[in-house]
Amino acid sequence: MPAYIAKRLLALIPVLFGLSVIVFLMMALIPGDPASAILGSYATPENVARLNRDLGLDRSLPEQYLIWLGNLFEGDLGRSYSLNRPVLDEVLERFSATLILAGSALLLCSLLGLLAGVVSAVRQYGWADKLITLLVLVGISTPSFWLGLLLILLFAVNSQWFPASGMYAIYGGGDLADLLHHLFLPMLTLSVVATGVIARLTRTAMLEVLRQDYIRTARAKGLSERRVIYHHAFRVALVSVIPVIGIQAGFVMGGAVYIETVFQWPGIGSMLVQAISSRDLLLVQGGVLLVTVAYVLINLLADLAQSLIDPRLRR
Amino acid sequence: MRKLLAAIFAVLGMLSNAGVTATTPPNVLVVGQIAEPKSLDPHAVTALNDFRIIMNLYEGLVRYTPGTLEIEPLLAESWVISDDGLRYRFRLRPGVRFHDGTPFDAAAVKFNFQRMLEEAHPYHDTGPFPLAFFFSSIDRIDVVDSLTVEFVLTEPYAPFLSNLAYPTGLMVSPAAVKRYGKAFGRHPAGTGAFRFAEWQPNAKVVLVRNPDYRAEYRTDAAPLEAVIYRPIADANTRMAEMLSGGLDVMVEVPPDSLQRFRRDARFTVHEQAGPHLWFLILNTRQGPFADKRIRQAANYAVNKRALVENILQGSAEIAAGPVPPAFAWAYENSLVPYPYDPQKAQALLDEAGYQGQELTFYVTQGGSGMLDPVTMGTAIQADLRAVGMPVRIESYEWNSYLGRVNAGLEGKADLAEMAWMTNDPDTLPYLTLRGAAFPEQGGFNSGYYANPEVDRLLARARRSTDRAERARLYKQMQVIVQEDAPWLFVAHWKQNAVTSVRVKNFQLQPSFFLLLQRAAKP
Repeated sequence: MPAYIAKRLLALIPVLFGLSVIVFLMMALIPGDPASAILGSYATPENVARLNRDLGLDRSLPEQYLIWLGNLFEGDLGRSYSLNRPVLDEVLERFSATLILAGSALLLCSLLGLLAGVVSAVRQYGWADKLITLLVLVGISTPSFWLGLLLILLFAVNSQWFPASGMYAIYGGGDLADLLHHLFLPMLTLSVVATGVIARLTRTAMLEVLRQDYIRTARAKGLSERRVIYHHAFRVALVSVIPVIGIQAGFVMGGAVYIETVFQWPGIGSMLVQAISSRDLLLVQGGVLLVTVAYVLINLLADLAQSLIDPRLRR
Repeated sequence: MRKLLAAIFAVLGMLSNAGVTATTPPNVLVVGQIAEPKSLDPHAVTALNDFRIIMNLYEGLVRYTPGTLEIEPLLAESWVISDDGLRYRFRLRPGVRFHDGTPFDAAAVKFNFQRMLEEAHPYHDTGPFPLAFFFSSIDRIDVVDSLTVEFVLTEPYAPFLSNLAYPTGLMVSPAAVKRYGKAFGRHPAGTGAFRFAEWQPNAKVVLVRNPDYRAEYRTDAAPLEAVIYRPIADANTRMAEMLSGGLDVMVEVPPDSLQRFRRDARFTVHEQAGPHLWFLILNTRQGPFADKRIRQAANYAVNKRALVENILQGSAEIAAGPVPPAFAWAYENSLVPYPYDPQKAQALLDEAGYQGQELTFYVTQGGSGMLDPVTMGTAIQADLRAVGMPVRIESYEWNSYLGRVNAGLEGKADLAEMAWMTNDPDTLPYLTLRGAAFPEQGGFNSGYYANPEVDRLLARARRSTDRAERARLYKQMQVIVQEDAPWLFVAHWKQNAVTSVRVKNFQLQPSFFLLLQRAAKP
């Protein structure tokens, strides 16, 4: 097992290396440069050249990349010129905010999705199944940024139960209750689509399993229905649902880009949007690398969880 | 199952009661900003969003008199300009201290400009200073005594005083720069009515009242105890925060939403025209617009009232010429905007022998001061087509757009959208309308307009230190430029803000700066 984990982690290195080259090239390819972004209408060639020199952007692209790579090995991700602070500080701060949002959304969608899927499968064609199927369909088809705005309108503007934006209250607050209060709407918005996907797949997997012979055997043995469903059927169905949750983790983090912008959640998604529009190469690099590492780690965790549940996968 | 549902509802109930207080406390003003500030070093920033904070932290030698674009003393008590316009000698106010306790004196003034302008200066690396060229005419700075400082210019430069009132001319504490180095932008110290308290990245910037602010020579100490700036990038979310009571002031309200606030008794809508111009650059070097009559025809063909009233919902005023009326002293009041007159446009086109050649129109997708560029671009396209000018739109994202347009329109386009906000009537025409300001010479004259008389007037105005004479020259220039029509003059944006009715003495400035020294919120 440790050898397997080590192998997976080692495989991360070429992925990160390749990705950093791609990000560098993409940022070079998109039109516009940081100096013109800063100078706006004052961007004469002369002013741009001078500012580029001050920003250290007058070097050739490979040269810039090698400098960046060299610094990376010393744990230095460079300095963001658009925020005037070290990239590492910014991405870590932003990433922890995303982790709170995406992590809680993932937890919520896993719980609700699995629960809804199981209920739906067990009560196939019953009213609960029909209701859940309908909700799942609506959930999957709702654009999440629109849902976010709708929830803000309903619960922040009209009823004022929840704050419209931010992570903590602007004065006072700062404790866990304050965080949860701010977290609720964005977490809900972010989890809706993934909940639908997980519920749908859980339902299919459960139906598949419930038709198996060993379930009939279990029932024939006289086991309680609850025991049959949760100990025999659900555990087997879970094995095929877990990788889906791993993939949904990626979608949830991707979706966080919109949701963070709508709710002004200070996460890495809204940071990347801002960094790209101000052509802040180093900040984009740092953010993308961190998100990649997280994505790979989450999928590794999903794999590990899968083999924990299914002993056959443990070799 | 039932237990689970009950638990969920219990948690929901708890959460929703955790903080129903959606009103802000008294004497603390919460301002909704459009983005996280880049830095609070006034010499390092270029965005209005940053100026809104900075103008309350720092002061310059001079400032715009509130409500106008006239210059008046601030940190300087008085000044004398030599007859040749090359020497500006300032007498500084005694007894002023920076927020960090160090004194403000002539040496501090010198330090401020040397840091920006001299590459060899030990603290030049605390930049970059993108707008340092505002002061590139400074040859040297002499400290005459501790309260007298003299600037010697390389050539007469009339906008010098108004540049001193701009954020790039504000005075920072040399001691704080030396202490924090590159991080000064996050530990700012000036002499303003508010001083810096806290910056929580991506959440808020907090300023608190400066208790040592010297009321006898400036305005009274600020009535507010604190100002909190919140960055909220999404306009809809900003709206939602304002409506739910999480903000006291919201800037840059989308025109479509102004009506909603106007109807709501909980809010006050503020509007103020400023030194902004939205126009189309016409390519006078090649294509149909090389002919003055066709340029004039385009000015007659576009229904500017419809643009301003329908698309911009009254958030702008129709422009008549190249200088915004906000520069009241330099504005030619007799100027009348080109009326909407398709017949006249048609007649001019026929007279010029225009054959219906297709025109390429550069439209940006958004950008600083560009208002609603895509909708406005398509409306203009329709108006021009109505008089028989087929227009093909090419649309670009703002950054790449600037790269294309600033390099000149030759061989690429016949007309292009552009907007400028400036602090002196000299800036825009000097950079964009002179024959010596073509892009290949480092200027912004992307449409290659050249008229020797305009060049002469602008050069004389820049060298003059007599404001009445400058005004006369600018007024002559405006009449000629309107007649020559190198641009299609469209609109002057009115900046807007919405405040909660609890906010008193709030006033928007024609400079577009957000000044909160007098605002109150009992």
